[in-house]
Amino acid sequence: MRKLEETSGYQIIEDWMASKSFSPFDFQLKAWKKYANNYSGLVVAPTGFGKTYSMFLAVVIDYLNNPNYYKKGCKLLWISPLRSLAKDLQKAMQTAIDEIGLDWVASVRNGDTPQNIRRQQERKMPDILLTTPETMHLLFTQKNNSRWFKNVQCVVVDEWHELLSTKRGVLTELAVARIRSLSKNVRIWGISATIGNLEEAKEVLIPYSDVKTTIITSKEKKKLKIVSLLPDEVEVLPWAGHLGAHMIKKVLPKIYENTTTLIFTNTRSQSELWYQLLLDSDPDLAGQIAIHHGSIDKKLRNWIEDAINDQLLKAVVCTSSLDLGVDFKPVDCVIQIGSAKGIARFIQRAGRSGHSPYEVSKVYCLPTHSLQLIEVSALKEAVKRKDVESRTPVVLPYDVLVQFLVSLAVGEGFDETKTFALLQQTHAYSQLSVEDFKWAMLFITKGGNTLKTYEEFHKVVFDEESQLYKVTSRRISMLHRMNVGAIVSDAMLKVRFMKGGFVGMIEEYFISKLKNGTPFVLAGRVLEIVHIKEMTVFVRKSSSKKAITPSWKGGRLPLTSYLSHYLRLKLNDALEPGIRERELKFLNPLLTAQNSNSHIPKSDEFLVEKIKTREGFHLFFYPFEGRLVHEIMASLIAYRISKIKPITFTIAMNDYGFDLLSDQEIPVDELNIKEILSKENLMQDAIASVNASEMANRKFRDIAVIAGLVVQSQPGKRKTNKSLQSSSGLIFRVLEDHEPNNLLVRQAYTEVFNEQLEEARLQEAFQRIAKSKIILKEASGYTPLSFPIKVDSLRDTMSNEKLIDRVKRLQNQHYKLIQ
Amino acid sequence: MNILTEEIQFGGTSLTLTNQRVIYWKSEETLVLSDVHIGKTAHFRQHGIAISDGILHKDLQRLTALIHHFLPKKLVVVGDLFHAEYNSNITEFKEWLTDYIELDKILVKGNHDRIHSIVSEELNFTVVHKLKIQNITFKHDVDHADENEFIISGHIHPGVKLKTCGKQYLKLPCYYVNSTELILPAFSLFTGLNTNFDIEKGSIYAFDDDIIFKAK
Repeated sequence: MRKLEETSGYQIIEDWMASKSFSPFDFQLKAWKKYANNYSGLVVAPTGFGKTYSMFLAVVIDYLNNPNYYKKGCKLLWISPLRSLAKDLQKAMQTAIDEIGLDWVASVRNGDTPQNIRRQQERKMPDILLTTPETMHLLFTQKNNSRWFKNVQCVVVDEWHELLSTKRGVLTELAVARIRSLSKNVRIWGISATIGNLEEAKEVLIPYSDVKTTIITSKEKKKLKIVSLLPDEVEVLPWAGHLGAHMIKKVLPKIYENTTTLIFTNTRSQSELWYQLLLDSDPDLAGQIAIHHGSIDKKLRNWIEDAINDQLLKAVVCTSSLDLGVDFKPVDCVIQIGSAKGIARFIQRAGRSGHSPYEVSKVYCLPTHSLQLIEVSALKEAVKRKDVESRTPVVLPYDVLVQFLVSLAVGEGFDETKTFALLQQTHAYSQLSVEDFKWAMLFITKGGNTLKTYEEFHKVVFDEESQLYKVTSRRISMLHRMNVGAIVSDAMLKVRFMKGGFVGMIEEYFISKLKNGTPFVLAGRVLEIVHIKEMTVFVRKSSSKKAITPSWKGGRLPLTSYLSHYLRLKLNDALEPGIRERELKFLNPLLTAQNSNSHIPKSDEFLVEKIKTREGFHLFFYPFEGRLVHEIMASLIAYRISKIKPITFTIAMNDYGFDLLSDQEIPVDELNIKEILSKENLMQDAIASVNASEMANRKFRDIAVIAGLVVQSQPGKRKTNKSLQSSSGLIFRVLEDHEPNNLLVRQAYTEVFNEQLEEARLQEAFQRIAKSKIILKEASGYTPLSFPIKVDSLRDTMSNEKLIDRVKRLQNQHYKLIQ
Repeated sequence: MNILTEEIQFGGTSLTLTNQRVIYWKSEETLVLSDVHIGKTAHFRQHGIAISDGILHKDLQRLTALIHHFLPKKLVVVGDLFHAEYNSNITEFKEWLTDYIELDKILVKGNHDRIHSIVSEELNFTVVHKLKIQNITFKHDVDHADENEFIISGHIHPGVKLKTCGKQYLKLPCYYVNSTELILPAFSLFTGLNTNFDIEKGSIYAFDDDIIFKAK
């Protein structure tokens, strides 16, 4: 076989690159060679090193060398998780194609693509189609869709690490499997950042035994400089709260020192707050800073992204909406407000600055409360050791299965046996049992197991003529298309000015709490509601100085287990920090206060604090295991205590610890604490407590939407499907009562276990506790460790009391009616 | 099923609130309920959402038990007896009704009740937009009340959220009563709760399977 370097295809590309004074990186060349040799695989490289070219040009070179092999229609399918990525990639690809002199067309198709372009694409598919997992599945719901995919030579899944551990990843696996069933020799490539389980990531994307696979890792490394911004005195940092407003003075100089700064926050509301803070403290910045998050109108977001590239902006306050992909050349500084919650995410965000190869990424960490300083110190340690989290793939999500089957039925119809075989080939459904598949078929054709209670249910019907399962009702098809996807958000309303012009999106939940005329902030503007009509909020500018910042419910990220591991290590050293541990030294006074009010747990100790306040009776625990594990631990311990006496707890947790709060005295003392924290009967108690809590009900929210049990209303659309509105909580209750074998209900419980209750991790945590010396301290008020949990936390309820007893007790207490 | 009651005075007469989502008006021998939403489960199924009829059966069983308990002469539904179009649920309801031919049945039309002719002819319901018995006016949804008018309505599916010590929350269905207005909870269990209405001027009677109590 000829060497790739000697082929004319390679020569053309090399010449083209040379004309722009580039030369290929090693890993790019390797990828091109492997692709030419019919391999599939995974490309791993840091951002800024031309990951895109490693695959895009591989296909172009192969085409130039073997043009007859490539038939008309779509040749390269480029699936990426973010819409915003597609636009820039398409531009870069089309420019390259034109300069090389090919007659190919690269085109984007996603939720933002206008109708006329879609129709055009359907008549004549572009040579390269850039799309998202959801849009792939939407394409599957179209009539005769297989003709579009039969000549696809290569599927590239961009940012695969982002999709891997989500249900969108499962959508991607299914899309790849279906393309493979239509185009036998398609090559499958993933592009990923560094994660802990690359080999597994490759297996999940390409689980096919008859495909040659490889992993190509770039040798190029990104240099990272992490600096924490510290206040002048430790007292300035609050114990809790997530605003960090007092630190604004430290941020301003950094903005002026650099060309363009990205300021990452963890929530959309935090970004709105910071945007206002920056403007208030330095009015000169008006017009030079912008705000970017998922709820801002896409035109505005596009404009902001262009403005960053054109160096029109000094700073952009953003959320994970700018985590990925797009190359912003001018960005030379990143500020992370609060915790980044994970090592991989932190590295990714840091990589947004100094984007071109060999530049140093500069990132400032700005803690919003004291304990976060320990986290920064832990992050530094993890980055130094190059220890990055794994991402666990999702397996057997029945909701996605149901959705996929209906999508196929809406599109071309499907054959039961062939589809089962296709599913079993994927990683996600390789363990799918015949019974469970039969259940899913029953669910979409008959509604459920119980005879006679599902009359008039004909979602999917068997078509005798074609011998395929199909959806025949146009209305059901339409409802299904509206619901395709695995991103679930609360009902969102469009926000627009009276005079026209969209501002963004806002959760119905938030708006329902506002009266007309109440000022609120969105997209950095102070607005007031004029009226609400058909899923659209009409607003006008408000001159009010004070305004409410909306809360968006989604987007609370838990600390990853890797980071919490480093966190425990650092806390252990906290009282005697090393010379170079700037953050720990700084924290010393606060930790000393904790020590004198209560105690600082050493690595062989486990601290429990008992505190009585006006709110009631608290019990605080500090396992430092991350929020998800704490949720399970908390409900488990609440369950064990409730076996001593019937009791109702409100559970709160953050990444450091959790709080059990009750209106009654909690029966825990030196004598029984050891038993309550015992590792005996761990799994039994964990399962019992999960069943008693609301966790599964909460998980069911997403499942119900994905499986099409709850119709999502479309923002700004006239049709609200009011007569079909119900809540997932209501459906969960109905299913538990009337259809206890429903797999979607079962999935809600398994998700709690799979995602939160990793048995090994729980065992390990309790084993560590068993070996530790348990220290039960009674404190007279909140301690530095407990305060953040009280303030910054999610809450759950866990009760084994009869409702009637709770109400009777409630009648003797003070209570408030909440509206 | 546990029927618990709470007596109140409204519009110069005595009414019995129950924890089973109906009011019994003893002096008129009338059972009053609202928002039954018959046809909702079938409507969902027709749109590809699999909801079992078990929930409708339970609603009807409950109504049967209440009729046997109070032995009313008259049944007043204050709107939204039906959820959407004519479907298999309504056939089932029709069958259920054959046991109660003697009962005087009145439907005060609600926003969901769009199948007027079928209702009146086949199910022997008298359909009205507004009903007045003695001092009391029945109306599905109240936009404004005239002076000295006592109105019983439904429509909003009232619920109440209680917060107690220890940051505990309880969300319960309820009746809302002030001097001129009484709002019924939704009868069907396949309904949500709306806790976002003005309770400033009135009392709240909240309830559950084993309790009914004045919460405010």
